[in-house]
Amino acid sequence: MLDYLARRLVGTIPVLLAVSAFSFLFVHLLPGDPARLVAGPDATPADVEAVRQAMGLDKPLIVQYLHYLYDLAHLNLGRSIKTQQTVAELIGQRFMPTFWLTVVSMAWSLVVGVALGVLSGVKRGRWQDQGSMVLAISGLSFPNFWLGLLLIDLFSVRLGWLPTGGYSGWRSLIMPSFTLGVAVAAVMARFTRSAFVEVTAEDYVRTARAKGLREHVVVWKHTLRNALIPVITLAGLQFGFLLGGAIVVETVFAWPGLGRLLVDSVSYRDYPVIQAEILLFSFEFVMINLVVDLLYAVVNPEIRLR
Amino acid sequence: MSGSAAGTVSLRSPAAEFWRRFRRQHIAVAAGVVLLLLILAAIAAPLIAPYGPAAPDYNNVLAGPSWAHPFGTDAFGRDILSRIIWGGRISLSVGFISVALGGLAGVVLGLISGYFGGYVDSVIMRVMDVLLAFPGILLAIGVVALLGPGITNVVYAIAVFSTPVFARLVRGSTLALKRTVYVQASRSIGVRTFPLLVRHILPGTLPGVIVYLSLRVGTSILTAAALSFIGLGAQPPSPEWGAMLADGRGYLGVADHIMVFPGLAIFITVLAFNLLGDGLRDALDQRLRSW
Repeated sequence: MLDYLARRLVGTIPVLLAVSAFSFLFVHLLPGDPARLVAGPDATPADVEAVRQAMGLDKPLIVQYLHYLYDLAHLNLGRSIKTQQTVAELIGQRFMPTFWLTVVSMAWSLVVGVALGVLSGVKRGRWQDQGSMVLAISGLSFPNFWLGLLLIDLFSVRLGWLPTGGYSGWRSLIMPSFTLGVAVAAVMARFTRSAFVEVTAEDYVRTARAKGLREHVVVWKHTLRNALIPVITLAGLQFGFLLGGAIVVETVFAWPGLGRLLVDSVSYRDYPVIQAEILLFSFEFVMINLVVDLLYAVVNPEIRLR
Repeated sequence: MSGSAAGTVSLRSPAAEFWRRFRRQHIAVAAGVVLLLLILAAIAAPLIAPYGPAAPDYNNVLAGPSWAHPFGTDAFGRDILSRIIWGGRISLSVGFISVALGGLAGVVLGLISGYFGGYVDSVIMRVMDVLLAFPGILLAIGVVALLGPGITNVVYAIAVFSTPVFARLVRGSTLALKRTVYVQASRSIGVRTFPLLVRHILPGTLPGVIVYLSLRVGTSILTAAALSFIGLGAQPPSPEWGAMLADGRGYLGVADHIMVFPGLAIFITVLAFNLLGDGLRDALDQRLRSW
């Protein structure tokens, strides 16, 4: 296991370098002069020149990249054009709201999604199965921003039970995390069902039944445990999907997280912030994939030996 | 299970067999009919929409549903029903064009990757893996951040993140088809690489591609609407459904119909594509089922 862990960790290094190179090149891929963009629309030519010198844009690309890596290591990500705060500070403020939003959404949608999927798999063809699958495909097709607006309309504007948005205690978390989790719960339910159905057809399940084991032992011990292996991988991938969805949901609920910061920065063309956010999101993905792979190796010993 | 007597061999062509299985999936057929109607309505928008998409009626501002305006009017007195019909042109074409572009790129890359293998294959597939690992909307925002907001750039962005799904799918079927007797035979009689790929391998990969086209169009419409909703896609006067929903945000509790009907339009369209895709997949091949 340790050997696998080491190999996997070493394997992420080139990916992280590629990610950093991409976020570094981002500013250079933009149409126009990056110094001019960073200096802002009202800058004089002298200001632009000063920024060019300060950013080292007059040096060769590879030197600039090494500087960029050095700055990254020291969490020196520049300043926001819009607020003049340092980007590190800005991201620090926005990190926790997004963290809570995604973790709570993930938690409920995993539990509900897997439960619906197992229910469907066990009661295949019956009304419980059909009901769950109708719910799942609707959840998959429901625009999350519309769901958010409908919830605000009902529970905040009409009934006055919950705040319309903002980040203030657990009550403000209910609607955003529900909205964000629906699609994930739907995907998990569909996938769990098909994994469950596939395992049910395996010889060892038939053997378990044939030797007279009781139904709940067959379901919980023989079927579910094996069906859950691919489910773990998908759950990890859904984390990435959730981070993407958070961008939209945070906008609906005026949630002061990283997603809304990204949308605002794109609208304002606040490039230092966009650059840092792209790096941060990509970094999170690489890390999530790493954790998923490790989890997978824990549940499935076969992987470790490869 | 089939109606034919035991011992007889099915002489139906694969297409006829597929059609027979698809027809039995009533929900998917119904979804297909709904989509056809939506597409026809979008094409016939100038004929069937009661008003123009931007025609204001200042005597009827924020009016609820009525005989004159079945879905009500917005803050400028524009007829919501007409805007939804006109907006269908935008949402549906964004969905189709972006997925067609992504699908085309994916099919080409998948064919090359699967047929030639080796170094080319590794490079293409690594890049596809990286693209696949990112959530579509984040990639799309990255593209929009580079190219600027607007519906055309949203189409490119969605095309980019649709590509890897098709590349993987086509690569898989190409690998399998490469080993079939008829492809081996064609190669042995000297059919050149390009005609071999296009004439003999490509058709075999198409069924899977068609299923994913349907499923991806739904996702793409959803993503495009989301981007317009957060202000990065279609811009305000446009009757794009996501942009209309964003308009309705300011009138919650005052004029709910502004956001209810465009949302319903998105939901029904995406649901229909998903149901159709599920039905096509089930009719086509049991092995594709796990997704």
